[in-house]
Amino acid sequence: MNILARNDAQTDGSPRPVLVVEGLSRDFGGLRALNDLDVTINEGEIVALIGPNGAGKTTFFNCVTGIYTPTEGQIFLYDANGKKQLLNGKKPHIITGMGMARTFQNIRLFGDMTVLENVMIGRHCRTHAGIWGALTRNARTRREEQDTIDRSYALLETVNLAHLWNESARNLAYGAQRRLEIARALATEPRMLLLDEPAAGMNPHETQELEALVRELRGRLKLSILLIEHDMGMVMSLSDRIYVMEYGSRIAYGTPEEVRNNPRVIQAYLGESDDA
Amino acid sequence: MMRPVSKALLASIWFMLLTFPVMGIKLNTVKQTVEWQFDRIILLGVAIFFLSLLWNWCFSRKGRGLPLIALPTGMGARLGRLCSLPLRDGRSRAVSLTVLLLVMLIMPLASSFYQTNIMILAMLYVMLALGLNIAVGIAGQLVLGYVAFYAVGAYAYALLNQFFGLGFWACLPVGGLLAVLFGLALGFPVLRLRGDYLAIVTLGFGEIVRLTLLNWTSLTGGSGGIKNIPGPSFFGKQLSIEGNTIFIYYLVLLAVILTIVVITRLKNSRVGLALQALREDEIACEAMGIDLARVKLSAFALSSCWAGFAGVIFAAKSTFINPASFTFMESAMILSMVVLGGMGSIVGVVIAALILILAPEYLRAFSDYRMLIFGAIMVVMMIFRPQGLVTGERRKYRISALKGEQA
Amino acid sequence: MDVQYFIELFFSGLTRGSIYALIALGYTLVYGIIELINFAHGEIYMLGAFTALLVAGVLGIMGFPAGGILVVAALAAIIWSAAYGFTLEKVAYKPLRGAPRLSPLISAIGMSIFLQNYVLLAQTSEYLPFPRLLPDMEFLDYIDNIMGPSDFLILVCSMLAMVALTIFIRYTKMGKAMRATAQNRKMALLLGINADRIISLTFIVGSSLAALGGVLIASHMGQVNFSIGFLAGLKAFTAAVLGGIGSIPGAVVGGLVLGIAESFTTGYLSGNYEDALAFALLIFILIFRPDGILGKAKVQKV
Repeated sequence: MNILARNDAQTDGSPRPVLVVEGLSRDFGGLRALNDLDVTINEGEIVALIGPNGAGKTTFFNCVTGIYTPTEGQIFLYDANGKKQLLNGKKPHIITGMGMARTFQNIRLFGDMTVLENVMIGRHCRTHAGIWGALTRNARTRREEQDTIDRSYALLETVNLAHLWNESARNLAYGAQRRLEIARALATEPRMLLLDEPAAGMNPHETQELEALVRELRGRLKLSILLIEHDMGMVMSLSDRIYVMEYGSRIAYGTPEEVRNNPRVIQAYLGESDDA
Repeated sequence: MMRPVSKALLASIWFMLLTFPVMGIKLNTVKQTVEWQFDRIILLGVAIFFLSLLWNWCFSRKGRGLPLIALPTGMGARLGRLCSLPLRDGRSRAVSLTVLLLVMLIMPLASSFYQTNIMILAMLYVMLALGLNIAVGIAGQLVLGYVAFYAVGAYAYALLNQFFGLGFWACLPVGGLLAVLFGLALGFPVLRLRGDYLAIVTLGFGEIVRLTLLNWTSLTGGSGGIKNIPGPSFFGKQLSIEGNTIFIYYLVLLAVILTIVVITRLKNSRVGLALQALREDEIACEAMGIDLARVKLSAFALSSCWAGFAGVIFAAKSTFINPASFTFMESAMILSMVVLGGMGSIVGVVIAALILILAPEYLRAFSDYRMLIFGAIMVVMMIFRPQGLVTGERRKYRISALKGEQA
Repeated sequence: MDVQYFIELFFSGLTRGSIYALIALGYTLVYGIIELINFAHGEIYMLGAFTALLVAGVLGIMGFPAGGILVVAALAAIIWSAAYGFTLEKVAYKPLRGAPRLSPLISAIGMSIFLQNYVLLAQTSEYLPFPRLLPDMEFLDYIDNIMGPSDFLILVCSMLAMVALTIFIRYTKMGKAMRATAQNRKMALLLGINADRIISLTFIVGSSLAALGGVLIASHMGQVNFSIGFLAGLKAFTAAVLGGIGSIPGAVVGGLVLGIAESFTTGYLSGNYEDALAFALLIFILIFRPDGILGKAKVQKV
């Protein structure tokens, strides 16, 4: 019953890539929003993407999830068997189906629907009942539906929202909405989870809880997680590796320690006093 | 207390001046005289004074987050509970449902021919409004040319009967299917359109269908329409006019019940959830792995088929159709039923459709003003109660982890 | 090909197109500021035509000279239409700022139906004759079948109105504030521009232009009816989209193109499908070139 359980295929110790981005560029009119980016995320890794506002972090997410098509470069997602799949030109829903899920910087929940229903929609790409099933409500449809409900509820328990399952999503507090977005993304059974500023607007206590949640997801699910975040405390303590962007380009990457001491990063951040 | 009053006074003067030419002047071009109608202006001024007070009061309540009237919410919940009977069990509910059904069954036998006809019309609109509700209310796709699908159904039957002699029962599924095909034909090109552009395109589509019916005289008879459309045969026999009407009444009643059951099931299914997600946020919808194109096309197809069925029945009922029955105003009327009843609410839309069709029929004072009122309803509802009369119609879920506990 | 006939059609298209352009300007101005398809705009045009008819009728019965009547009726139409437009915005759209995108559109559709039926109930469902007020223009005699007095008046008046609008938008303080608001409402607010007033102003300007169109068409066609706004409004909206909604020159170009296209369709093919052509064009443009001939494509923000 627990979707969080997945058999572990990992055998040798070498890191296996999940998401590989090579030479990604994206233009808007004459403006280059992303410039020749290389990013690799390995299985079970937590990686942060940081940089000043307008550096192109969310644009990167939008390219990877298929909302924007890249101008140049290639994006690959590895499936559970280690097979490499090209994402360029695929529609967002296909990419989600292949195992990529995301949350949004400016929360995009289905406000008029209940908390549970929000998560149930995440199960859409893993379920099959069609119009015929809806009309006849045959045994298979009912079984699938009950399974969707129970799995969604279990996910709500994971993000600590189970008690609010029948509320309208719009009535939730800010931090709870962000957690609901994560639950909804998890319902699609991703291998790669993209979190766009998950801690924005959260108080320190909530941020801590979030940190624990992200760790738990990685630990229990072997999920690979890429997050955009401005909360440096969280980024430093949570990430295995960090990519730093400025003006659409990657200016540094490495472990938190390496990035912290990188002179270009320091310069980029000191130049932008209102950030970080 | 003074401010609202002076505001209302100001509004009343403003509207008296504003409406002066249209309301106050009546030209008699034959006798070359002017009739000044100051009485109407004064009456309007008084009405505006009180309306303005009411308007401001409503805004102050809305501003403080209070419901406009205590009644609608409570009543809505109660009505909702009452009307979602078929979905639940419970003996008392089953009893009241049976009573309602019995009343509906006895009605044509106990009342006049005229009233039966009105009920048929009202129930046809219930079907139409429920159908449109799938696209507009559940899936959030503002379709302004819904009447085109109604016309497709009606003309499908009329023409197939005229040229090929096909009967009602053969044409009923054909009409629905054709409407679906038209829905898909409209749906494909508009997949990428934003909400307001979609609305206008569907409006244009509806008008093109109507203009084609009007001008393709050799096929459709133009504005003269098509006459002598037979009613449905009853086990192979054609019925008399009265018998036909009663038969159609039961047919429509059955169709409405079927519509309600089907749409309720649809709304509460996996597909229904996807449709609702589409209404809420298209981008999030895509990111959750939902194929937008597919869901949008389903919305169009599922929505238009009811109009097709209703069209076939309408043609059989009225025995005569012409393009004048399928103007934009019809679409607007059906839309206002959805708006009044509550976007996505099945119970609400049924009630709204019944009210908006029956009230003008039985309250003569209403009938002249019906389109005026339909227009006003759309504005007022959007401002004060965009969710419609009936809200909180929510599906119940049983969670295995919470044995027995239910919300 | 008959050149004479071609020229006739061209000028009759130009006349029509100018009217579409006048109404289209109202759509484009409003859309530029609040991104709303002001569905009731066609009714404002109809109200302008009706007001002119009523005022002209009263003055005519009182025995005023024709030329004077036309000027007074046109002024009355502009004033009242502007007032209707202003009131329309205050009642039906202002309370819906910040509401979901479709709410104001539904409200606008409701208002359109309301206003049509308001005129229908207060006046009549029949076509009312609009008095002949135009003097004969002798200098037009030798191009008689190309352009009558009313065509001439339409071309001259609409051109003047468009020039006036351009000057207003470009050079006056209010016009500049309007442009600023259209470009970036938040920024304009920060710079001390009162957005509510600019929106009201936009409705007043747009409605005045529509009213002018209404008076001109009424004197051209010689009759007025409560239902003329719906079709004219939709066609003008088509024109606005054709030229790129939000763009002022676009509205004028779109109006003229649509008018001439319609005129040629009627002249060379058939008058029956004239309206269907406009709708087909509307659908075609919205689907394949939603930003119009002169518009630029926008990127959706996520």
